[in-house]
Amino acid sequence: MAEDSFLTDDFLRQLINVGEVDILVGLPTHNNAKTVGAIVNAIENGILRGFPRERAVIINADGGSRDGTPELVTGISIDDVRRVSNPYALRTLHSISTKSGNNSASGSALRTILAAAELLRAKACVVMSPKSVNIEPEWVSKFLRPIYNDGFDLVTPTYRRHRFEGLLITNLLYPMTRALYGLRIREPYSPEFGFSGRFGCQFLGQNAWNDGSDGASVELRLTLAAITGKCRICQSFLGEKEHIERSPADLVPALRQTAGTLFSALGPDFPVWSQVTGSLTAPTTGADHEVLLDPLRVNRKRLREMFSTGVAELESVFQSILSADTLAELQRIARVGEEEFHYPAELWVRTVYEFASSYQKSVISRDHIIQALAPLFRGRAFTFLMENRNASGEKVENNIEDLCLEFERLKPYLLQLWKSGE
Amino acid sequence: MREMIISELNQALHDIARGFAHFLPRFIVMLILVFASWVIARVVKAVLRSILRVIKFDKLSENAGASQLLTKAALPSATELLSRFVFWVTWLGFILLGVRVLGILGMEEQIARFFLFLPRLFGALFILFFGLLAASFFSRAALLAAVNANVPSPRVLSLALRGIIIVFVLSIAFEELGLAEQTMLVAFGIAFGALMLGLAIAFGMGGRDLAKRFLEKKFVREKKEENEDELSPL
Repeated sequence: MAEDSFLTDDFLRQLINVGEVDILVGLPTHNNAKTVGAIVNAIENGILRGFPRERAVIINADGGSRDGTPELVTGISIDDVRRVSNPYALRTLHSISTKSGNNSASGSALRTILAAAELLRAKACVVMSPKSVNIEPEWVSKFLRPIYNDGFDLVTPTYRRHRFEGLLITNLLYPMTRALYGLRIREPYSPEFGFSGRFGCQFLGQNAWNDGSDGASVELRLTLAAITGKCRICQSFLGEKEHIERSPADLVPALRQTAGTLFSALGPDFPVWSQVTGSLTAPTTGADHEVLLDPLRVNRKRLREMFSTGVAELESVFQSILSADTLAELQRIARVGEEEFHYPAELWVRTVYEFASSYQKSVISRDHIIQALAPLFRGRAFTFLMENRNASGEKVENNIEDLCLEFERLKPYLLQLWKSGE
Repeated sequence: MREMIISELNQALHDIARGFAHFLPRFIVMLILVFASWVIARVVKAVLRSILRVIKFDKLSENAGASQLLTKAALPSATELLSRFVFWVTWLGFILLGVRVLGILGMEEQIARFFLFLPRLFGALFILFFGLLAASFFSRAALLAAVNANVPSPRVLSLALRGIIIVFVLSIAFEELGLAEQTMLVAFGIAFGALMLGLAIAFGMGGRDLAKRFLEKKFVREKKEENEDELSPL
């Protein structure tokens, strides 16, 4: 019982009543009453259809909901689901809810789920997002089968996404993770993923849970830990990604969760990523990815304006972070008109690598470095939108692939920057 | 008469010789103290310089904006300056202790006052350095937040914040030194009041449109832009 100190007595008692399980489904929640009912139904359906003979439990780690989310999770009758999906299911399906922290941060919730998985000796586990509105019962099997049957340690999802959705993933997180760690994982930071009990225990023991970050971006840290720990990783195609809320204004927190976490991992992971050249494809079940081309309202003008304003106003900050050449080039493109504006891939990659290196050297406050990246990302997003406004799905993918190759090509530049700071 | 003069002269010479005999050992002690303290001060300076280099004090000073000021004033780096300062304070302290050994009337009080002043001097320097560091940090935080929130004139906001913090820090540092307390208090009051009044006038009259746009952006934009822009970064 490595984690008995932070689990409540009541929760431990409930876990003891459950006993050992084969499958564990974790559901971190925080005021998700609108969606959680359908999600729990889908999960129960998925378990009864896909794993009727396995011992299974649903663990709801709630961050202090005030809308009755935990009661909804535990109150859903399994018999209704059983009648519809599989009347011949042999096992009892347990559903437990516990309080983990007092906020929506996923770190403490995931820690609770991992600790429960360790205590119950679960063989295969899956964490589902409480915000996914289009969750299907098959998702449970898609995450668990590769672990339960094929011995994989981590299953990350791939989605059918709009070509302009997740620009931070496609323009920074995926290409940089791929170039540095050498594995092509399309969604390294996803609220839904599956993992083996063995890897869960390993990560629970390794991860710094009390480092003051409140467990932020623990999903990304989990993916990076699986890569550096040479675990078996695969991807599973889920279908369309649809979340209850879009958050267009949350760029800075999103940068903290993605770029901030990735940059901070580069220091301890240096012995691993500095040896990697090129990248390998992760095994994938179903399609690798799919692109939706529906029209989407985007205020492009505002993106470019915020880029130009940022470059002009933050000159003193950029002087501490960027090289003189990169800054001069950014200032040049910030002055050109909307039609001629182009933030080339090479310049973007150099910018990101110089930010990563400055983050490592802590040239200024690390959080300020991440905040300073926001206006530059808007400039890159503008170029990406312009390049792909009339592009087919294949063309969009080719452009993303070109960017990834640029990240891989310029990796020696990052190594050079890194070594110059040592 | 002649004998009296000779006797007085002998007495005076004797007194001088005796005084000199009393003074000479003290003077030698003082010279030894001065020399020994010079060695000690050099050692303290070397140790302090090494420590400051290890903790990257120059970087801290750069972040605080102090390095830029030093460069403009053609002064050495912050590490070098602080090391030299500590060297001179240490050596001067020992010299004054040595002078005290000489037993010169009226010096003791001055020396005691000097030693009482030292902690206040260090306190003021400490306040000044960390105050500059705080001014730099918070002004940059304001600048970044304003740029990312698309607030108009972010640099003005950042500079105003920096100015307020520096004036505040200077007033505390001078108060700590006990120099011109009243003047600094009044100066701070006038500067702070003027700044606030200026901002109020700028927003209220000169920058009516700016304030209007700012308030519109703050309270009206959110809903409008949510409708305009469906981009999600993750």
